[in-house]
Amino acid sequence: MSFFGFKGGVHPPELKAAAGKAIETVPPPQTAVIPLAQSLGKPAKAAVAKKDAVLRGQLIGEAQGMVSANVHSSISGTVKDVGPARGPLGTFVECVFIESDGKDQAAEFKGADLNALSPQEVIDRIKAAGLVGMGGATFPTHVKLAPPPGKKIDTLIINGCECEPCLTADHRLMVEKADDVMAGAAIFRKALGVARAIVGVEDNKPDAAEALSKSASRHGVEVAVLHVKYPQGAEKQLIKALLNREVPSGGLPMDVGAVVQNVATAKAARDAVVEGRPLYERVLTLGGGAAQGNRNFLVRIGTPFSEVVKFAGGTKGDAMKIVSGGPMMGLAQATLDLPVTKGTSGILLLTERETGPQRMFPCLRCGKCYDACPMGLRPALISRCVEKRRFDELEGLDVLDCIECGCCAYECPANRRIVQNVKRGKAEIAKIRRKRKEKEDKAKAEAAKPKA
Amino acid sequence: MPEENKDTTAKEAPAAPASGRKPLFSASPHITSDETVPKIMWTVAAACAPALFVGVYFFGPAAALVTGVCVASALATEWAATRFFLGRKETTITDGSAAVTGILLAFCLPSSVPLWQAAVGAAIAVFIGKTVFGGLGCNIFNPALIGRAVMLAAWPAAVSGAAFLEKTASGALSLPSAVARVPNFVDAMTQATPLAAIKEGKFDASACPSWHDLNNLFIGRCGGCLGETSALAILVGGIWLLFRKIITWHIPVVYIGTVFVLTLAAKAPDAFKQQSMEPVLYMLQWSLFHVLAGGLFLGAFFMATDMVTSPMTGAGKIVFAAGAGALVVLIRFLGGYPEGVCYSILMMNMVVPLIDRFIKPRKFGTAGGPK
Ligand code: SF4
Ligand code: SF4
Repeated sequence: MSFFGFKGGVHPPELKAAAGKAIETVPPPQTAVIPLAQSLGKPAKAAVAKKDAVLRGQLIGEAQGMVSANVHSSISGTVKDVGPARGPLGTFVECVFIESDGKDQAAEFKGADLNALSPQEVIDRIKAAGLVGMGGATFPTHVKLAPPPGKKIDTLIINGCECEPCLTADHRLMVEKADDVMAGAAIFRKALGVARAIVGVEDNKPDAAEALSKSASRHGVEVAVLHVKYPQGAEKQLIKALLNREVPSGGLPMDVGAVVQNVATAKAARDAVVEGRPLYERVLTLGGGAAQGNRNFLVRIGTPFSEVVKFAGGTKGDAMKIVSGGPMMGLAQATLDLPVTKGTSGILLLTERETGPQRMFPCLRCGKCYDACPMGLRPALISRCVEKRRFDELEGLDVLDCIECGCCAYECPANRRIVQNVKRGKAEIAKIRRKRKEKEDKAKAEAAKPKA
Repeated sequence: MPEENKDTTAKEAPAAPASGRKPLFSASPHITSDETVPKIMWTVAAACAPALFVGVYFFGPAAALVTGVCVASALATEWAATRFFLGRKETTITDGSAAVTGILLAFCLPSSVPLWQAAVGAAIAVFIGKTVFGGLGCNIFNPALIGRAVMLAAWPAAVSGAAFLEKTASGALSLPSAVARVPNFVDAMTQATPLAAIKEGKFDASACPSWHDLNNLFIGRCGGCLGETSALAILVGGIWLLFRKIITWHIPVVYIGTVFVLTLAAKAPDAFKQQSMEPVLYMLQWSLFHVLAGGLFLGAFFMATDMVTSPMTGAGKIVFAAGAGALVVLIRFLGGYPEGVCYSILMMNMVVPLIDRFIKPRKFGTAGGPK
């Protein structure tokens, strides 16, 4: 299969110490803290109340509106409380606290035969199971599977790049559950009604590619092996690399006829459709030099980070940084007192050596960030505009196109905080636009008044 | 103690990892490349070593002394200027940029320059060339070249190659005898601009530089400034910088290439008029002479490639270098100075903001797609 590549990108050290480690299961937690907001869009509404008895896989949060996802209990026991706790973003969000009864009793899951289901029924099952993008973006899966009528989708892409350093959860999933992943791809394909499905894997995971290839023909899914480069797993870059199509600025993959789903989501879709099992656990990687052994774990949603770390043997030395997700795009966390959610692809305890030099210098205008930016932006300029608070110039610099991949800041020899500034810049643009809109609305209202 | 530490962490799995230090809480990415500003600057400084060795070999210890004085003066100025002028607490002399400025300024001075003038020049380079603009990263012009330009205006006799070569010719300087291998050209160049000389018919075909001359120029066995004469030594350092990804190919290749091609074109009329040798060879040898003579290699690999004062994009760098190459040829053939590298770069430095404004990377999503 031909391969088109994409411009820019970087080659960070892989740090994939857990690549050869089979997935281990972390025992269910004593108390699960399950945030109701685990996806982009609206948080779910609590479907249980204090003192309710719940079973594993039982619905505890109902999706609200279009872009939202159901939430299920990950253990059996009683609801201790519904209230705020630290969520995936490190901020306090509404969570359901469930005290385990130690029995880990499952609710009744109704499986189905894919051939007997209509595409809509497939999507309904996926929606009911509360699937979200498990690569970290946490966009509700069922929304992606139901493009608006005008959009013609011709290709489904399953993202097995896992281009983030440290993370190996998807890798292990592809090696150990290749057939399930492929079955999941076939499920998505049916839901979308497309003929073509491709799994994109980077060539640093030959064992995964091989495992997938074995069941490729059975499910009629292609496997494409791509040259390693970060951020190949970013939707827009992956579509470019595989199909040579560029998603227009401000557009979505569906604008170029593609839908991208992550391999872990594909596996979850298979569980949801074939077994009727909702999404209440996920595979993640515990990584970083300050974690005692880097391994891959199957963890129930709602398990505190600290318990995963404890299960793995604790910390060693000092962690310079705690990160949920990958080292390039993950979120720094102040504490390990934080539940695993559907989007948690990794827990990293990075040492000082891994985080690299921190001292900031003036921008040298070296242009490395320009070359590294896969979106063709001018990161140094954006960063400077934000630093100098020249926010009105930002819109002209296409800040909103930034995918926050971090390539620019990774390469920057001066350690400019480019991504941080980009985030700030995006917020400032939103402010400017809001103000402009208010002004326009006011002007419109005023113009309409005398006539009336 | 470490044992104990491990124990507690394993048992209690505290919210924050051992020893109570708060984890760093900053935006992604959480890892960065090992490249840092000081690493880049000190690598550039180290890449100057081959040229310095050759300089000392041909011009004697004076070359090392001038370089040392320039570096010392640059560092001292940097320290004082950032502290008292910019009012910064953290010293910036360790970032290496001042040292590089000192070395590069020394490289475009003759080894015979009075040391106090070298020291003043380096101070001017750092202060006027960089600090007054706001320090590293803010300057528009290459600081070393600012230093040289000011010195050339202040003490033309001591700094310009002309005076130096006159001295060489008169034996005032004890140089290895091999230095004067290409004297006819260089002398001629210092008296009149080559193009004018050609128009006057001063050069006949026999005046074409021989392969032997070119070889000497390449190795650095000729008169000139202390760090610029050996194209070979500069190439060694330059290739290292390319390899280390501190510079890109754009500027050196296009800069030197432009000078080469334009000289070819400029020499063509004569080449076909003269009868004593193959026109093509005549053109080629003249072009190589212009490429190897003077400070073109030093300029192309070490000066024009200065990150701060060159464009950000590859395409921008090509425009920048082509412009500088054209200016070198214009200055050498039509201008009043025998050498054009310094001014060509300074002039192109001025248009860098303009280049960067118009030559941008291609934005993703503006091409391709099925529509
Ligand atoms: S500007 Fe945005 S898209 Fe470009 S490299 Fe930086 S983070 Fe990535
Ligand atoms: S990589 Fe850093 S130093 Fe280089 S131009 Fe970009 S912001 Fe400036």
